[in-house]
Amino acid sequence: MTGIRAFVAALAAVALLAFPAAAQKNVVNVYNWSDYIDEAVLKEFEKETGLKVVYDVFDSNELLETKLLAGKSGYDVVVPSATFMSRQIKAGVFRKLDMSLLPNRKHMWDVIQQRVAKYDPGNAYSMNYLWGTTGIGYNEAKIKQRMPNAPVDSWTLVFDPAIISKFADCGIHMLDAPDEMIAAALKHIGEDPASQDPKVIEKALKPLQAIRPHVQKFHSSEYINALANGDICLAVGWSGDIFQAGNRAKEAKKGVEVTYMLPKEGAQMWFDQMAVPADAPHPLNAHRFINYMMKPEVIARSTNVVQYANGNKDSQQFVDKEVLANPSVYPTTEVMARLYTISPLGQKAQRAATSVWTKVKAGK
Amino acid sequence: MRSRLHHRLIAVGKRLGITGRGLAIAVPYAWLAAFFLVPFAIVLKLSFSEVVIAIPPYLPLFEWGEDGSFTVNARLDNYITLFTDDLYWRSYLGSLKIAAISTAVALLIGYPIAYGMSRAPAAWRPVLVVLVILPFWTSFLIRVYALIGILKKEGLLNLALTSLGLIREPLTILNTDIAIYIGIVYSYLPFVVLPIYASLERFDLTLLEAAADLGCRPTRAFWTITLPLSLPGVAAAALLIFIPAVGEFVIPDLLGGSETLMIGKTLWSEFFNNRDWPVASAVAIALLVLLVAPIVYFQRLQAKVAHGERW
Repeated sequence: MTGIRAFVAALAAVALLAFPAAAQKNVVNVYNWSDYIDEAVLKEFEKETGLKVVYDVFDSNELLETKLLAGKSGYDVVVPSATFMSRQIKAGVFRKLDMSLLPNRKHMWDVIQQRVAKYDPGNAYSMNYLWGTTGIGYNEAKIKQRMPNAPVDSWTLVFDPAIISKFADCGIHMLDAPDEMIAAALKHIGEDPASQDPKVIEKALKPLQAIRPHVQKFHSSEYINALANGDICLAVGWSGDIFQAGNRAKEAKKGVEVTYMLPKEGAQMWFDQMAVPADAPHPLNAHRFINYMMKPEVIARSTNVVQYANGNKDSQQFVDKEVLANPSVYPTTEVMARLYTISPLGQKAQRAATSVWTKVKAGK
Repeated sequence: MRSRLHHRLIAVGKRLGITGRGLAIAVPYAWLAAFFLVPFAIVLKLSFSEVVIAIPPYLPLFEWGEDGSFTVNARLDNYITLFTDDLYWRSYLGSLKIAAISTAVALLIGYPIAYGMSRAPAAWRPVLVVLVILPFWTSFLIRVYALIGILKKEGLLNLALTSLGLIREPLTILNTDIAIYIGIVYSYLPFVVLPIYASLERFDLTLLEAAADLGCRPTRAFWTITLPLSLPGVAAAALLIFIPAVGEFVIPDLLGGSETLMIGKTLWSEFFNNRDWPVASAVAIALLVLLVAPIVYFQRLQAKVAHGERW
């Protein structure tokens, strides 16, 4: 008898394994960036809708894209950055959103919607989750100690070899993201940061190579902890990540202070967009989730926790005052005009960019 | 009941020409076919196709036309890229260098450990073997992360060295090649110790007694008797660290600096940054070919030893 019962139990276990969440009905499978949400929001969504959220995280656009291009990812809602998403839309990865299921889109911020339309014409495939800028994070005390009059409002802080070399001894990290770093270098030398011309892209090699000897590492997430612990004193990174580094440093109480700077020359603006894969197992639930996240009081909580601005105009009344007043999170209209966006690179431009980037990293 | 079924199965097997021995051999072959040959064939096929923006991101290699025609769209471009861009062969060389140095260091550390273990009292040996295997009970990834905490500028190692007064300024070890060597040697050391230990443990100690009786000093006896007889274990150990070290991705990514070119990282960026699955596949095939050479060499070496030849 017990033998039979054990056998049945084993069979049940196998059956559960064989039919993962995808086969169930009241589920929405969400794939979002790591450290990117107020987790309590998910519980409240489950309570309100009776749907179960299977929440999974990634830490690079490349990883997400590879899963999407391989097909049958099993996800209902994914959050790619707009540059990547634009190419993915062309590849047929996403399904058009059913606007009748998204009444909360009336709350969206027209300024952001217009900027995103460059990547997603007519905003047909995606809704903004959060957006931010790519700028510079630094350890105030260590920078001032090495160079009291350091230009802490400008790209020259990192792109002038004579200046950046002063900070090499305390550690410098830069994003391992060719599209962002090459655009910043092109902007610095007065070229079009959004250029698709391989010849223009190759011009970024020189300024990047000139500062390469002073950079300890190119990595897209390590700088958060490194800045917070005081292991490095300068990083080119994403706005919210640097704010998080600042918060962690405060919590650690070791006297480390991290500041985010949006360079006055302008910086790259990026958008993380909620979208539904064409082969999503529960497209209806996906829309319910997206619509829920578009509630002003809900998305405001993401902004308050991770300190990135969102593309929801009406949410601003729910955003913490100090976050809303921080021009590095919500830039002034004047600075906003100087923020640029880049288009996704075509295959030739992409190859040129990767080649430039590999050469820069290898230091040869 | 059971034995009758058993007999009937054997009878059926015999009629089909299946024997117990055949079955026993079939299992590993089936394993190899399913988890090595099939993936290899897929990667090989991919390496001849062309990149495109779609799902999946490459063009089909074989096409059946509506008129019943069959076309093969194989391209060699991906392999030509490997030769025209110096990035690839520099990455291969970088990987070979790091793997070779790590192997040498690991052997220098691992051999004395294995030697000590094999000469320890018999009652201790199982405990010592367990101690060597013990680190595997913690996830590999967590152990590499722990190394970050030890090696970083304000980490445990620098703290210890400065408080002992050995150094004044903290050393930069993390994000350099040295950190990669430390990571690889540390992670693969058990794979080096165990095969050497296995060959030393079987070693016939009377040979050394005979040498001593004939007036041979212990050092000389080690070089002329012990070491040559343990060489098969050393060779196995060397391959067990060299081969994974060449393709290593995690350790250089977490511990190494950005200037380290290794083929594993290049393959990653080809796949994820360029989204060029065909070129990434070509890199993988080339890496495999590069690694097959030492494996074949080792196989022949072992065959020679099995036939009792000196080498």
